[in-house]
Amino acid sequence: MFRKLSFSEEITNQMYTTGTRGLNCCVQCATCSSACPAAEYMDHTPRELIGMINAGLRDEVLHSNTFWTCASCFACSEQCPKNIRPADLMYVLKRYSLWKNTYQEGLIGPDFSRRFVRTIMKTGKSYEPGYAPAFILEGGFQGLLREVQGAMKLLRRGRLPLIPSKIKRVDRFRRMLAKILPLEGIA
Amino acid sequence: MKTFAYYPGCALETMAASYHLSAVETANKLGIELKEVEDWNCCGATPYSHIDEYLAHTLSARNLAIVEKDRLDVVAPCSGCFKNLYHANDNIRQDPNLAEHINFALEEDELHYDGSVDVHHLMHMFVNEVGLDEIRGQVKQPLEGLKVAPYYGCHIIRPRKNGATPQDAGNPRFFEDLMTTLGATPVEYPYRLRCCGGSLIATNRTAALGMLHDLLRSAVDAEADVIATVCPLCQINLECYQAEVNRVYGEEFEIPILYFTQIMGLAFGIKPKKLGIGREVVPAKPVLACVAR
Repeated sequence: MFRKLSFSEEITNQMYTTGTRGLNCCVQCATCSSACPAAEYMDHTPRELIGMINAGLRDEVLHSNTFWTCASCFACSEQCPKNIRPADLMYVLKRYSLWKNTYQEGLIGPDFSRRFVRTIMKTGKSYEPGYAPAFILEGGFQGLLREVQGAMKLLRRGRLPLIPSKIKRVDRFRRMLAKILPLEGIA
Repeated sequence: MKTFAYYPGCALETMAASYHLSAVETANKLGIELKEVEDWNCCGATPYSHIDEYLAHTLSARNLAIVEKDRLDVVAPCSGCFKNLYHANDNIRQDPNLAEHINFALEEDELHYDGSVDVHHLMHMFVNEVGLDEIRGQVKQPLEGLKVAPYYGCHIIRPRKNGATPQDAGNPRFFEDLMTTLGATPVEYPYRLRCCGGSLIATNRTAALGMLHDLLRSAVDAEADVIATVCPLCQINLECYQAEVNRVYGEEFEIPILYFTQIMGLAFGIKPKKLGIGREVVPAKPVLACVAR
């Protein structure tokens, strides 16, 4: 007999490499939420989000800003008494929502992650100013001005890279990554 | 002279060049050669894991495979790079299927990784591989009276290393011990292990500034003269966005943020310029006043 997986089981499966005990072990103690330094900026606290996953609220979960507000600091995973590994859960939800192309409109995170990966696919190295378009217009004209002023300060101190750095064997590097993931999928 | 492979990471090429300069200077003083990994690539930071886990591991594996050819262990000064290299290495060692899959991809660059390389954070290299006694022996100018807030941040301790105890991650003391060894006074403040916001500075400015504000407030309340960091992202966030925190929260913070290697170098009597001091957005005056005496 074949049974359709619940949303909670589907997400738990995606976490198989992390050593999680599974989302259904959650006792809603909120240790994760109290350990989280970004919880106050989230639509739902980590505890709420896990509760929502276990209740099968798929759409509400995917449209929450919670996992895009996670800074990957692993404080929750360190303290969770049930070893659920909420920080890894947030990674899984980011990947899942990018695959499904389903996330809250107006978030910078998804575009930022894609730009970042595209840059490294192309050159083998990260290039900070290249990510600016993902967030620079958020603060309007005043914000743009402040951003430019900040950049000028770094430039005068020789701390702003003007030319993207590149690895030497970039062609072989790209072929290597193409064996893991089709490049046209993101690059 | 002992040699370690050295994986600087993208930030140290320009934005955190002073971390690179001071790492090399202080290591050399202690008889350690840092040999830069040939043609290294980006570790993937966090966004790579947002797209695909295998991909993120493969990026680290390429760097580890290049290091393995020289039969060296590798040192990373950036906590983010350290975390990626360390845990990719650990996963590859424990999962033969993952290793096989990744080695299949590495063939394209004529590389193969057997899992023989150990990964250290630069801080761990100094504290564990060199040792505080050796370091004490190099102190020419004890930093008496300098109150340092040692800022651990996240990835140097979390996720926990293989075999590390809850104590290691929950109440580490190595940073304080190093500062004491240099003659400085480490201050106690509650947010020493709390996240700086990381890449939220790009993706959620409000959240990042709030987190930075909490942290700066905590160190300033403890009357620190300087915050010492072990990661370029923490340094850049705390220093370059301090003015923005002041604007949004109506604060007047002006606390220098230095790399721990810059503070070590000053205690070793190395000239500030050689340690990259002078490139700060928030001037390092209070620290320099301490060594000028």
